[in-house]
Amino acid sequence: MIDSLFHMALVLAMPPLLLGVIGKTKAAFAGRVGAPFLQPYYDLSRLMRKGVVLSETTTWLFRAGPAVTLAATLFASLLVPLGRHAAPISFDGDLILFAYLFALGRFFTTVAALDTGSAFEGMGAAREVTFSCLAEPTLFFALITLTRLSGAMSLTPMLLHVTPSLWVGAGASLLLMLCGLFVVLLAENCRIPFDDPNTHLELTMIHEVMVLDHSGPYFGCILYGAALKLYLLGALFTNIAVPFSAGNSYLDWGIFALAMLALAVAIGVVESVMARLRLIRVPQLLIAAMILTAFSLVLVVR
Amino acid sequence: MLFEILRDPAALVIAALVVAALSGVPGLLLRRAPLGQRLAACLAVAASLLALPALTRMLLAGERARYLIDWSLPFGVCEIALDPLSLFFLLPIFLVFPAGAVYACGYWPAARHRASEPSVTFFYGLLCAAMGLVVVARNGALFLVAWEVMALAGYFLLVTEHEHDEVRSAGTVYLIASHVGAAALILLFSQLRIVSGGFLFPATGSLHLAAASSTLIFLAALTGFGSKAGLMPLHIWLPSAHANAPSHVSALLSGVMLKMGIYGLLRVLSFFPERPLWWGALLAAAGLASALMGIGIASAQKDIKRLLAYSSIENLGIIAAGIGVALVGESTGNPRLAYLGLAGALFHVLNHSLFKPLLFFGAGSVMHATGSRELDRMGGLASRMPWSALFSLAGAVAICGLPPFNGFASEFLLYLGFFGEARAAEPYVALGAPLLALVGGVALLSFVKLLGSAFLGAPRSSQAGAAHESPPSMLAPMALLAGLCLVGGLFPRLFLALAAPVFPTLAPLSLRFTELPFRPPWFTLAGCGVLALAAALFWYLRRRSAALPVVSGPTWGCGYLRPTPRMQYTASSFGAMFGSLAAPLIRTRIKKSALTGVAPEAGRLSYQPEETLLYRVILPAFSVAGIGFSFLRRLQQGQVQFYILYIFATLLLLMLWVR
Repeated sequence: MIDSLFHMALVLAMPPLLLGVIGKTKAAFAGRVGAPFLQPYYDLSRLMRKGVVLSETTTWLFRAGPAVTLAATLFASLLVPLGRHAAPISFDGDLILFAYLFALGRFFTTVAALDTGSAFEGMGAAREVTFSCLAEPTLFFALITLTRLSGAMSLTPMLLHVTPSLWVGAGASLLLMLCGLFVVLLAENCRIPFDDPNTHLELTMIHEVMVLDHSGPYFGCILYGAALKLYLLGALFTNIAVPFSAGNSYLDWGIFALAMLALAVAIGVVESVMARLRLIRVPQLLIAAMILTAFSLVLVVR
Repeated sequence: MLFEILRDPAALVIAALVVAALSGVPGLLLRRAPLGQRLAACLAVAASLLALPALTRMLLAGERARYLIDWSLPFGVCEIALDPLSLFFLLPIFLVFPAGAVYACGYWPAARHRASEPSVTFFYGLLCAAMGLVVVARNGALFLVAWEVMALAGYFLLVTEHEHDEVRSAGTVYLIASHVGAAALILLFSQLRIVSGGFLFPATGSLHLAAASSTLIFLAALTGFGSKAGLMPLHIWLPSAHANAPSHVSALLSGVMLKMGIYGLLRVLSFFPERPLWWGALLAAAGLASALMGIGIASAQKDIKRLLAYSSIENLGIIAAGIGVALVGESTGNPRLAYLGLAGALFHVLNHSLFKPLLFFGAGSVMHATGSRELDRMGGLASRMPWSALFSLAGAVAICGLPPFNGFASEFLLYLGFFGEARAAEPYVALGAPLLALVGGVALLSFVKLLGSAFLGAPRSSQAGAAHESPPSMLAPMALLAGLCLVGGLFPRLFLALAAPVFPTLAPLSLRFTELPFRPPWFTLAGCGVLALAAALFWYLRRRSAALPVVSGPTWGCGYLRPTPRMQYTASSFGAMFGSLAAPLIRTRIKKSALTGVAPEAGRLSYQPEETLLYRVILPAFSVAGIGFSFLRRLQQGQVQFYILYIFATLLLLMLWVR
């Protein structure tokens, strides 16, 4: 019960912090002081108080988009175990629901983007759905490998099964899987090298361009939902990458929170040292990630 | 006597089929136009109100019924029977048929289509009854007769608008493909006659045959029924047929008639007590390949109904893959896989017969309002036709397999089957999961594109700008189907209960699996949870923004001052990026007029997606075959007396041969 409360609290409160850490890391690389760690929280509270600009072409779908997307992501947050703690909801096949809830969110984000009738938002939506077509199989290859290793078909037992001893046995496979998952994490959350969240040119953006016309509380919802999605896929990643358990429940929560912050720093480093890929190179990298995770499956079958 | 009939559910079902067959007849005789159509719609609803409760009752109670018909034709005893497999496939018939008949009153009103309406209504009822007869027939000859009536009724419905060249050529291709399939079926039933001694269908699991003979039967069934179900590469007739028929007919063709292929395949498979492993593997591979290629080609379409037709190929591929996986489970002694594969496939049969007609009805409403099938010329319909947009949205979410709708539940079962196999010694079957995920991703792309370019944004043509909402007679069937899609997603157990009685016929092994490998309450919880959360957030945002200043203005054009609706992303441009990845499957041919001179005249540019397989392989092969067949044309005199002579000569030769 206590663990479930911790889970909810972390899921609700921590995601924007990751964005702050990523920003700070990038600022450090650039030799700037950067915005404070808590800047995303200030942004959110400011957006909640700001007025709304609605385009005349839009319908109710435009306003439903952020709500459905955030609802799907929030429900997905109940399915992922954080640290070494079981998720509040766990059943056979919850990993399929997890993947499909993100798809539901994507459906409504892109539909809301198309509702504005803007060519830029149409471009963003087309890119988003095309790239995620290629990212989806990678996730499923990774999940199959985990099912084979753990024998479970639910995220909680499957991820809790990853322990240091498993790393000794199947390290090569887990490493390949992590590479694939990291690529998916960056692609699904529209980070560099796939997309630049800070670019000023609408023509080259993916996620940011889809939400150009959202404003006020609606945009706040989208921003928070995006942070939450990064957090959940990040949790999936750190559960495999940091398999240690301290034996104490509270200590485990601490380890998990630190691991998530470290992941944010890693993303910040990647964003600082890499340039954005050309759009036509993106599918190639995604397919390479898919093949890496397929290799990880082959290694455990061998 | 009448009271006795009303007490017997099987008799009710047969009576409903007769009512359906006759539903269009009054319209042929009546002078006053709308009366016949309305009468037909009432009869259709009455037939399904008679049949559906009886069907459900018989399915759930596990009842069966047999009728022997005394006929004087030389094909042995004729039998009609209702067993769970037949009953299950009668369900989509009696769901879609009344919905389409009611929809037709608004979509194909007799007042506007005076000449074609009576025949459309008549053949619509006949098609439904013929499909019902296909499902209940237990004699090879009767089956073929019903199959042929079904194919021909479908043809006459399809060529309703025969004044257009495109429709006529689609009809011809359909007719040829349908008869090539029927030829395979004649081979199938003749072989069955040879091995079992009669045209009567062998009982379930009673056919013990040598490998060569059973392989012949399986391959003939796969060709004949696979071409009806639109499995690649036997699908070439399907897209143009479903695109050119009136929408309520497309709904019946796509939602129900394709399932007749699946029914036939399942029926033939049920004859065999054990099937070799390769049958299941072949079916699963063909199904997954069909699903992937079908949706890949759908993603490039810009014709709303062609997109839906290709997506039918995808869905039927998923169903075939489920059946194949179940067969693999049966032959490797894996009850879990057998259960999940078959349950997923049958569940998807029901689901597809709900959301595909719904989407075809939505496409019909769009065509009714704009007079065009071109997605690139639509846009902004959601504000003019809010209800059609809402129901189409439900259909699109359902067909993408997203929670909380029914498509998710059936694909969930298949995924669970694939994931379970990851633990097997040789986890080949598990590779289905990433493939299905890829299919799901492309389906999402295709339906976001369909929804976005038809209903959202600004109108791209004056017709789209002047669109109007459809009448209630068209919206009511859509609302019903959308509601059923949601029910299936939230309470999958209701649909599975209808599929469960079929298992003993096809996968006796799965019965050993007494406990469900998944917990249905989670679907209810997850579906209701997401819906409630979304509604709460929507309400909160609404209230929150009501307290804040709301400004309305044009869409942000990134600084451009004079945007026009033509600058929007079209359906073609939306699919172009994925199209470049799917280039081996489909290419877009661009036709443009050359510009000459210093001041060139207005030019035209058009683009058409073309299926590589069709244009590079199948059509060249057909034209070679056409040269080969050209000598046969000399036999075609077009004079009846010559044809009678041919028949006489053939009979004479056959008699000499038999002597």
